[in-house]
Amino acid sequence: MDGSGPLSDIVVSSRIRLARNVSGFVFSTQADDQQREQLLRYLHDQIMETELKDDLWYLEMSQTTPLERLMLAERHLISGRLAEGNTGCGVALSHDESLALMLNEEDHVRVQVLASGLQLEETYENINRIDDLLEEKIEYTFSPQYGYLTACPTNVGTGMRVSVMLHLPALKMSGQIEKVFRAAKEMRLAVRGLYGEGTEPIGDFYQLSNQTTLGKTEQQIIEQLVSMAVEPIVEYERQARNKLLKDKMAALDDKIHRAVGILTHARLISSEETSYLLSLLRLGIQLDRIKDISLRTVNELFLLTQPAHLQHHYKQTLDADQRDELRARFIREHIR
Amino acid sequence: MQCQLCNKHATVHLTEIVNGQKTEKHLCEECAIKEGVTVKAHVPINDLLNNLMASQKESQQIEDMTCPECDITWRKFRKEGLLGCPHDYVAFEEPLRKLIERTQEGASTHVGRAPRHTGGKHFQRLTLLRLRQELQQAINQEDYEAAVRLRDEISKCESN
Repeated sequence: MDGSGPLSDIVVSSRIRLARNVSGFVFSTQADDQQREQLLRYLHDQIMETELKDDLWYLEMSQTTPLERLMLAERHLISGRLAEGNTGCGVALSHDESLALMLNEEDHVRVQVLASGLQLEETYENINRIDDLLEEKIEYTFSPQYGYLTACPTNVGTGMRVSVMLHLPALKMSGQIEKVFRAAKEMRLAVRGLYGEGTEPIGDFYQLSNQTTLGKTEQQIIEQLVSMAVEPIVEYERQARNKLLKDKMAALDDKIHRAVGILTHARLISSEETSYLLSLLRLGIQLDRIKDISLRTVNELFLLTQPAHLQHHYKQTLDADQRDELRARFIREHIR
Repeated sequence: MQCQLCNKHATVHLTEIVNGQKTEKHLCEECAIKEGVTVKAHVPINDLLNNLMASQKESQQIEDMTCPECDITWRKFRKEGLLGCPHDYVAFEEPLRKLIERTQEGASTHVGRAPRHTGGKHFQRLTLLRLRQELQQAINQEDYEAAVRLRDEISKCESN
């Protein structure tokens, strides 16, 4: 994620994923190792017959190390389920990491396309074209009544989950974030924090996604998410930011510069604290309060300070205490 | 207090709030039944128990429903949240439709994208893979009649 794209001051990224299953087979979670391996080989060969093949690299989960899988998960390229490294599961990734084809996840095929900023329509066009290409080679299970059949009935129909990652520090600071949650719930949208399900959102990042997948076209689902939720929330966040600038400039500046102070001087820092402080730093850059640190640096730090990336960088296995120490060092070397 | 309609002693008191407007009604039992406000007050205990047992028996029947293709039961699905195979949508039609309507804002029909199947030769390898897995299963279950049929289908598919 390079921090570009429409509304990227608030919308960090857009993501669409499609759930698909091959006709005539039990779902992945019900299949035994042998059945999954056979299907995986079939899916791999079919995918590599499409014109997507030149841009894809393929990984079989059972042949990767736990650290590699954790890195892929930190990059949002595989799910937690695939990160378990079970037999018969794989992923095909495009070189720019915008496309991930997860194989034998909860469903046989999960197609995921990522883009920075708010680009759901473009992302849908893109994923729809990929879906076309795959469907020429793979016969999916489909019912005229229920649409694409999925292992979990909450995905049935379009099989499509659309999400946007929003950065909402000003709504959080001004105590209005609960309003966003309530409104989203009323519109049958799911809101969750950036990392971990149900835990306290880290660094004021919130993922907003559709819960309903049946009875609406793909375009309607996207249109409703954007016009009824994303655009109003972006507007509220902007108003809240302006109000903070107008009424609480000194307090805001203090928070932002303290964040820079800790990030550039800490000797031990947890990933939670890092996310919290980077979130403030990101706000400071967006509001032009910080001018000598780039958004790109902040985005990179979000990714590279996570446990697996840190261990990969320092080329050693680190326990939590060692990570906190090296994380602090890594940040000091990147922000001066 | 008197009934608002017939001046008998009022025993049914109803407070309704519609669009923020509060209205109160005080009625005797007879008028309340006529107005459709209350149902028959005394349901014999036998009826209640019979109804309860019938609904338990029905839910027991639903829980034991089993998909003939993947052998998953409705109970297992409810416990784990994941279906076993696409045929479950047929095998569990009744309870699943209710569940889908509840989780999908009342919707029960797909209106989005449909596959652009080309069929035919493209999917021959898939058909073979499917038939071979079915054959393995039939052999495991010692269903030799099915195994013979599947073997014939496989050789027919291969010669195409």
